[in-house]
Amino acid sequence: MVNQATDAIIEIRGLVNRFGQYVVHEGLDLDIRRGEILGVVGGSGTGKSVLLRSIVGLKRPDGGAIRVFGEDLQRLPPTRRARVERRFGVLFQRGALFSSLTLQENVALPLIEHAGLSRADAERLARVKLALAGLPPESALLNPDELSGGMVKRAALARALALDPEVLFLDEPTAGLDPIGAAAFDRLLVTLRDALGFSVFLVTHDLDTLYTVCDRVAVISRKHVLVADALPAVEATDDAWVQDYFHGPRGRAASHAAQRTETR
Amino acid sequence: MPETASRPGKLERDAGRLRATGDWTLPHHARLRKVVGQKHDIHSLDLSGLGELDTSGAVLLAELMGPEHMLDVASWAPDQPAERHALLVTVASAMQHSSPPHPRVSPPVLIALGEVGRSIEGLWRQQVQLLGFIGLTLSSLAAVLLKPWRWRVTALVAHIQQIGLNAIPIVALLTFLVGAVVAFLGATVLQDFGATIYTVNLVAYSFLREFGVLLAAILLAGRTASAFTAQIGSMKANEELDALRAQGLSPMELLVLPRVMAMMVSLPILTLVGMFSGMLGGAMVSAMALDISTTQFLTILQRDIPLRHFLVGLGKAPLFAFVIAVIGCLEGFKASASAQSVGEHTTSSVVQSIFMVILLDALAALFFMEMGW
Repeated sequence: MVNQATDAIIEIRGLVNRFGQYVVHEGLDLDIRRGEILGVVGGSGTGKSVLLRSIVGLKRPDGGAIRVFGEDLQRLPPTRRARVERRFGVLFQRGALFSSLTLQENVALPLIEHAGLSRADAERLARVKLALAGLPPESALLNPDELSGGMVKRAALARALALDPEVLFLDEPTAGLDPIGAAAFDRLLVTLRDALGFSVFLVTHDLDTLYTVCDRVAVISRKHVLVADALPAVEATDDAWVQDYFHGPRGRAASHAAQRTETR
Repeated sequence: MPETASRPGKLERDAGRLRATGDWTLPHHARLRKVVGQKHDIHSLDLSGLGELDTSGAVLLAELMGPEHMLDVASWAPDQPAERHALLVTVASAMQHSSPPHPRVSPPVLIALGEVGRSIEGLWRQQVQLLGFIGLTLSSLAAVLLKPWRWRVTALVAHIQQIGLNAIPIVALLTFLVGAVVAFLGATVLQDFGATIYTVNLVAYSFLREFGVLLAAILLAGRTASAFTAQIGSMKANEELDALRAQGLSPMELLVLPRVMAMMVSLPILTLVGMFSGMLGGAMVSAMALDISTTQFLTILQRDIPLRHFLVGLGKAPLFAFVIAVIGCLEGFKASASAQSVGEHTTSSVVQSIFMVILLDALAALFFMEMGW
């Protein structure tokens, strides 16, 4: 994927975000390229979720520019903006499923509202998406409050995939999943990305996910992106936090596990 | 890509062989669904003319072929790129696991009957639960009452500020206006008998015995019972109640008792405010429209109105306060984790507490009348 180096669908330049006196981002630059899975890591409170919210337009940046598909979301009129936002799929940290709707209605809602499908068609498609995300068929009629944490994540992924988005934003998708479920989730993500060609902006703390699925990894530290590159280059970065993160006991274990599966 | 012009997907029959051409994507889904829905007796499908394909199109193709057959798409359509094989196989295997759920359909009469039965049973169960919760509150209160070091004074005072102090302006305004209206009504009716002077008695009787406490209680039922339910309900949704119990702390003692006690302190005070403010409204109308001076108003009040009316009115306040607070808290405990459930129980707590206040007031009126108080 070397030839895609310039094919950035999201460009962030000089982003500034602050809450009152507290500065989260200052002069943050980052590109998301077409078809890549970009892992975003950083310590707690470094503003990974804030970055995600700024890109999808939920938080107005205090400075800098974010261009999505070549357009600045904050300056677009509402109808054009909604059209761009339809090309996003977002999985929130805690699922954010609509609690008054069943799972199949949750997934069918964007299909009915945006794609104009009939209810029966939308629900049939929704059930396939739920199955794609690894949920059993009986779950389609459940309410979100009847689900375990892992099932909520899967259902939220199904909803994020409802409109076949071009960019998928995932906020800690494998947190709270058991290791088998997390590995299945990783495989599913790669399969869907290969088949559908969407890009993924993946905020995660799961080192296994970083090693097995990410094409590039961006490290956020000290209010900006320290490095954004393929994993070997990131691992080699001369920074105390990065060294601790990737060469600590967990980082080593994940790295070995990834190498084992590759050589097999 | 939604932005680029797309060739709508088609299904063409070509020398006994089916060809899928064009873009099989979400925008064309509704039309393609109709095409696929027709009966095709097919064993092979030509995918060479296929344009864009997304999951919705893959679902349709898999339905057309049958998911089992689609699983070995690589063998009968080897010309397709590997990513597309992966997509079709992933979707087909997902579809094998997504049999349509079959919702049970019952005749409408049975549904209606079932609904009636459920609500009556729910009503009965609610009363049992309410009585049980009242008992639980009283027993927790008894356990804590003689141990002052377990009183939650800070929480109590904070709640009194929220429930009592912050509600004074709205209670005062509302009762003032109702007082003025009662005085006007009385004046209009009594004028025909030349007895406008009895407006004073009317206003005083109604506010001391009934309106002061009733209006304050109804306001608190709307303002505070709902707040209690929403607070405790969202704490429950956030597993905070479980966290309390797991730490060996009693939600009854930490959450319910301070609220109930604060309510029982606040409502009598607000009742007093309501009584004064209502009579003030009456006095103002009397002075401005009926030529009854404030001095005269106060004199009649002092001469004609026995103290027991005031006590009868004020005596009901703690009872109402207890019922409102207990219903508010209980509904919070009954809420489940969804936003909808918290909303439903908040509504229910307001309706129930207003209903109970008016019911108890009517019973109390009968009782006091029989007793001659």
